[in-house]
Amino acid sequence: MKITQKLCTAVWIAALSVASAIAQNKPASSTKANNASKPPVSTHAPSPAAGAQDPGERKFQANCSRCHDAPEQLSPRITGTVLRHMRVRALLSAEDERDILRYLAP
Amino acid sequence: MPSSSHLRSRKIFTLFLLLACPALMAQDVPIISGGIGFLNSTNAGVNFFQPVLAPVVAIPFGKHLLVESRFDFREFYSRKDGRSGPYQGTFFKSTQYLQLDYIATPKLTFTVGRFLTPFGTYNERLSAIWIPKLQDAPLIFPIGTRTTGSSDGVMLRGALISQPKMQVHYIGYFSVLSGADQFQSARAAGDRIDFYFPGKRIEIGTSYGRFLQGTHNNSIGVHFWWLPWQSPLQVRSEYAHGEHAQGYWLEASYRLSQWRGPDSILGRIEPLFRMQQVFRNSPGSGDGLPSADTQQADFGLDYHLPHEVRVNTSYSRKFSADGNANIWDMSLTYRFLFPVWRGHK
Repeated sequence: MKITQKLCTAVWIAALSVASAIAQNKPASSTKANNASKPPVSTHAPSPAAGAQDPGERKFQANCSRCHDAPEQLSPRITGTVLRHMRVRALLSAEDERDILRYLAP
Repeated sequence: MPSSSHLRSRKIFTLFLLLACPALMAQDVPIISGGIGFLNSTNAGVNFFQPVLAPVVAIPFGKHLLVESRFDFREFYSRKDGRSGPYQGTFFKSTQYLQLDYIATPKLTFTVGRFLTPFGTYNERLSAIWIPKLQDAPLIFPIGTRTTGSSDGVMLRGALISQPKMQVHYIGYFSVLSGADQFQSARAAGDRIDFYFPGKRIEIGTSYGRFLQGTHNNSIGVHFWWLPWQSPLQVRSEYAHGEHAQGYWLEASYRLSQWRGPDSILGRIEPLFRMQQVFRNSPGSGDGLPSADTQQADFGLDYHLPHEVRVNTSYSRKFSADGNANIWDMSLTYRFLFPVWRGHK
């Protein structure tokens, strides 16, 4: 058996073991509640909340997190550059760019 | 006395600094981003691995201009005789895009330079090494992108309609023939139209590409994405039809983040499945597609580690007239993002 197969098999078995062990425990609070304790700029929750009130947050989740997780930390110095980069790549409108920028760097 | 070439270089450098000043004042500091990865694969018993560095650079100039680029540097190691012999490496480098964007109006951006060919969704959105959930690109990837995935020319793009209930995006491009090192491209033109419904997080789009050198031919594509709110389920799919082949891929992933949150041990696990088929209409040597009808099922299991590190593993079973095969992939990627300089607070 090749090394890659061994590694893949080991990762899969470990993951299934952990999953089965933890799944037997009582589920924790919902993702929404989990998100509530985070600062606004920490946006890497992979299951977005449809009820987000902030238009920037909603637009961020509707557009950016479709393709990738958000960076864990985003320096305010580069927020504008990142948004302009993503405006071009994700075909955001000027209004979407403004709202998301306001959300990420209030 | 400085030569004329030195004077020209100084003028260009001064112009660069003058243009960069507004960016400094606006605190839009240039960024270096990208990914580092180690990819390992065993395909039909043949093992190979690749250390990869894929940096992205974005430099804004004022409010309307942006220079952005992505490069790919990798060493491809494989055994000298396929399944035996010592490992030997071959170095590859490529410029995936190096483009100047001019944001002309709220809904129109001009792009000139080398850009990712906007056919389908995989090339533009998912091809960076730190984004895809499966290490290998879909089998139909070369349809419409002509294997390199990059074009040299001009592109218009933007959001035609951007409403809370619906967005319509458009892209049109023209590419010239180029044989320059790192800038190889074909003469071609094409477009993509996306209809996105944010309320449902559903996107449907079409792509068209026309090859304009040698034997002219068309490629068409359709894509469908569905990422429901309140759920970590992600469904992505594409269909593409080219001159010599057609096919599709359908990928579904579900991160287990709803049990104990995305940062728990369980919540970092993401199982996924991709089904893909390619059907040959006629031989097309060198087009990057399988040489015979192929069906492939990919079973993946990803783990999202803290600090932008991710482990992707997958097992694929390929059924083909050329021979069935097992494919085992495992990759470790790290995504980075930082400013080029500290800038003003």
